Amino acid sequence: MKYAVIVYETADDFAAREDERSKTYWDGHGAYFGALQAAGIFTGGAGLKAPHTATTVRLRGGARQVVDGPYADIKEQLGGFYLIDVENLDAAMAWAEKCPGAATGAIEVRPLVEMNQS
Amino acid sequence: MPRRALWAYRGAPRRYALSAAAAAERVARESYGRLLAQLAARTRDVAAAEDALADAFAAALSAWPRGQVPDNPEAWLFAAAKRKLIDAARRKRTATQSEHQILLGIEELEAEMTAHDAPDRRLGLMFACAHPAIEDAVRTPLMLQVVLGFSAERIAAAFLVEPAAMGQRLVRAKKKIRDAGIGFDVPEPAEWRARLAAVLDAIYAAYGAGWSDPLGADPERRGLAEEAVWLARVLVGQVRDEPEALGLLALLLHLEARRPARRDADGRFVPLDEQDVGLWLREMLLEAETILRAASAAQRPGRFQLEAAIQSAHATRAWRGEADWDAIVLLYGALSELTGSPVARLNAAAAIARRDGPEAGLAAAEDLAANFGVLLDYQPYWALRADLCARLGRAEAARAAYDEAIIRESDAAVIAFLKVRRNSV
Repeated sequence: MKYAVIVYETADDFAAREDERSKTYWDGHGAYFGALQAAGIFTGGAGLKAPHTATTVRLRGGARQVVDGPYADIKEQLGGFYLIDVENLDAAMAWAEKCPGAATGAIEVRPLVEMNQS
Repeated sequence: MPRRALWAYRGAPRRYALSAAAAAERVARESYGRLLAQLAARTRDVAAAEDALADAFAAALSAWPRGQVPDNPEAWLFAAAKRKLIDAARRKRTATQSEHQILLGIEELEAEMTAHDAPDRRLGLMFACAHPAIEDAVRTPLMLQVVLGFSAERIAAAFLVEPAAMGQRLVRAKKKIRDAGIGFDVPEPAEWRARLAAVLDAIYAAYGAGWSDPLGADPERRGLAEEAVWLARVLVGQVRDEPEALGLLALLLHLEARRPARRDADGRFVPLDEQDVGLWLREMLLEAETILRAASAAQRPGRFQLEAAIQSAHATRAWRGEADWDAIVLLYGALSELTGSPVARLNAAAAIARRDGPEAGLAAAEDLAANFGVLLDYQPYWALRADLCARLGRAEAARAAYDEAIIRESDAAVIAFLKVRRNSV
């Protein structure tokens, strides 16, 4: 089954991308990406820039409403996601646990909608 | 329908109908969880498997009276349920699963069913229900429904929840199993420990539901106790060195060994102390003892091992003529410490009464009730109090306590027993 491993990061995690911890931060995700590939389960993914770069758009009554900032103003923010293809939820959870950010933020595991093949 | 068969059916509809219903009921009891686990294992769609199985049972009730009950009713039901499952998949292709996938799954499991040693997937199904991704309060109810076929109404009554609310939670949990891709495998040891408690609880709850009907008068409960013992055996077979699984099996065997002594010839309730030990099943008691010893070798005590040890101390009456009350007091103390349960503490008070006399027991019980108000609404508290007051010659207090016990009991045999006791004060 295909799952998204969604990384929610704290403000400090986002800061670590750019301060003196930056090498450790990026090496961590690099190693994780390498492990997913080596296991043959990586099918996609992307890192996202910090929440302050986000812009939220809504269409209401035909008119565009724009808000500066991410959709939800919560403590941990969406930082990126990996797409993996594994046997079941337990396997996905085992990979989520290994994801950088699991120890500081939160990792959400969610199955992808699979379109009909026929 | 050929005329002859029609005649046979019309000539003896009652007999055929009864035997079909009886056969379906027997298979339902023995095979429900096994069939459901088989049907749902590949697709992970428990609700669809339940619907298909329900249709198959309905088809059996109408088909079997017309001819013979098949030689292998379980295989018949599986084949019928499988057809229903395929039909349902064709009618309603979901966004998450193509028909192709479902058919592939069905083919695989068909090959599995016809193989000589078809694996029993019930345990895998139970571990799926106990998955940490499932809301914890619904894990045991879910297991009772999918493995034992309990209705939502019946589970709701047992868990003191509104039937509609219980139904919704069960539906939500089944959707989660299907859509989140929860596997039906018995997990690795490190994983299963975390889930084992819910599995043990469900088996124990199933046994408890059968226990309250020792004579098998209620068809919905008949066989449930044996089924629970069987599941505990399957569990032990899979998680060999898990002391709490062994503890549960030892506990259930101890309780089961006393079944023949729990009601007298007229169906009246017989309390443990007054049971005829000659009716206890010695072989089963010995097996329980052997299993409990194996559990304690791991030196990881737990609730079920303690409960089994308590029953073991009661069982010494079969050999030495007297239960080991020192051990029982000690073990209930340990159980109270471990679980914090007021019920365990109350049992400790009852054991103290047996060992040190009614006065000490009553003092301990009253002390408990002052600290744990919930006991004032618990039948065994009042029954204990009544018995101890009677022994101390406080007739008025004893009768009043029996009245309180009687209004809090629902089992007719126990009510009858309490009334007899009350009138003899």
